[in-house]
Amino acid sequence: MFNQYFQPNDILIIYPELLLALFAMGVMIIDLFLDRAWKVLNAFTALVGIAYAAYALYRLKSNALNLSGYNHAILNDSFAIYFQFVFLIATALVILISARYLSIEGENRGDYYALILLSLIGMNFMVMGIDLITLYIALELMAVSEYILVGYLRTNRQSNEAAMKFFLLGAFSSGILLYGISLLYGISGSTDLRVIAQRLAERPSHDPIALVAVVTLTAGLLFKIGGVPFHQWLPDAYEGAPSTITTFISVAPKAASFALILRIFIVGLKPLETSWVPVLSVVCVLTMTLGNITAISQSNIKRLLAYSSIAHAGYLLLGLIAGNEYGITGIAIYFLVYAFMNIGIWTLVVAMRRKDLIGDQIQDMAGMIYKNPGAAVLMLVFLLSLAGIPPTAGFIGKYYLFASVIQTHHYVLAVIAVLNAAISLYYYFRVVVVMFMSEKTDEEKMTLSPGVLTSLAVTLVFTLLIGIYPEPFIRFAQNSLSLFQ
Amino acid sequence: MVPLNYFLILAAILFSIGVIGFVMKRNVITMFMSIELMLNSVNLTFVAFSRYIQNLSGQIFVFFVMVIAAAEAAVGLAIIVALYRNRESLNVDEADRMKL
Repeated sequence: MFNQYFQPNDILIIYPELLLALFAMGVMIIDLFLDRAWKVLNAFTALVGIAYAAYALYRLKSNALNLSGYNHAILNDSFAIYFQFVFLIATALVILISARYLSIEGENRGDYYALILLSLIGMNFMVMGIDLITLYIALELMAVSEYILVGYLRTNRQSNEAAMKFFLLGAFSSGILLYGISLLYGISGSTDLRVIAQRLAERPSHDPIALVAVVTLTAGLLFKIGGVPFHQWLPDAYEGAPSTITTFISVAPKAASFALILRIFIVGLKPLETSWVPVLSVVCVLTMTLGNITAISQSNIKRLLAYSSIAHAGYLLLGLIAGNEYGITGIAIYFLVYAFMNIGIWTLVVAMRRKDLIGDQIQDMAGMIYKNPGAAVLMLVFLLSLAGIPPTAGFIGKYYLFASVIQTHHYVLAVIAVLNAAISLYYYFRVVVVMFMSEKTDEEKMTLSPGVLTSLAVTLVFTLLIGIYPEPFIRFAQNSLSLFQ
Repeated sequence: MVPLNYFLILAAILFSIGVIGFVMKRNVITMFMSIELMLNSVNLTFVAFSRYIQNLSGQIFVFFVMVIAAAEAAVGLAIIVALYRNRESLNVDEADRMKL
């Protein structure tokens, strides 16, 4: 009786997540025994946890591929493992840059790292889940941890506001998503995505209830990635949140939400493809265009990058619309690239925060080439990569996504996407002009902590390496093609 | 036995009231209550379907939705308390430190 519900494999598959949960609890307990000066140890504990989880995941990749656990609630395929590696890398980089920033803000506590790890666990389950119950719980574990992290600076009004907006719209979108899930359950009688796909294929293609389910699901999921017209929360949340958390939520949870979208649309809703592809095409065009055009007029670097991240969500939707091997590989490689280039640029924004300077205006970067030439050049590399200029990594990501829609003959989409990439050059280069061509406005020194330096080194090396020698990374990203099996 | 459609229509009406409440109201607590209403209408849909197709997954789902709604309420109210301490107002239109 007992064996019917618990297989030995179950614990094996979730071993990395168990380790992370252990370390999340551990950080909170260790934090109680640390003096104020030693709080940086919390970051070390969290990093050790991530290293252990990465090792466990590596072992799983060779030992337990394609095992499903917990009565087919989770599946450990290479798609899941690939995305989990991306999350682990992104989270480790964010933890590296957090310690100094938190002590400047005066909020250096252990629960910050615990929440980041919990959010990471949620993301890991989001990519492993093949059952809607698991997926929903994982999504909420990720989201609830993020709500707290966005409002982590309790005495800062902007942080409060950002948390409130993020929370209200996040909870609202979860409600909409759930309604879609409940309808899907009703028409298919199961919460397993593969069973849902079978049942949907048996039904007539223009089934009104299925259509309502798809529309509500799409709306709920688009909220999570900030697709137009559900993007309004994103710039506020990104601007008000502590910069390190913005770094985090602009990469890892976005990748997790996209992986969830891929799982639901490519596996579960494939039979209804004709009804969601046109809707997503419109959303994709709007997201790219609005993100890029609004970014032009921003004077705050955090807001500018927020709109740029909306635009990037638009590019990523191209891969989903194509829905072929090229598109999925494109999304996978793009998130690996995006993790490095976006965390790189945000690390510099985090480093701009000094004792008496918020440092989130573009003007604060004036004359950066004189103050800190290294940082200015790094910023240039990351901006070039975000714009998709070879030989940086951003080019490889964009190439795959744009090529995927050309393969499926969505020529109009490809043209609009290329035009948008051209628009984005304008505002990325506005930052460059301010950095390289204006006089410096203040004498405030820009010192980089060891964590920030490590993070910058890693992100720079990979941003260039993936751009120059992409083959091994593309092969790594092709792991995600197990989605089609 | 009450037909399935009645439950679904009731749930759809409740859901719409929740959505409209969220969009129209400007008080954070009221918006929050609207979200709870949406979640409960989802629960009703799940239970109705679950009973109709004689499958227990839906009812299990409802338990999880309730637990997560409770967790969200705890976090959400904490955020609202922090906001109120810093600004003494619960009107979302006054939360305008960051302009769109």
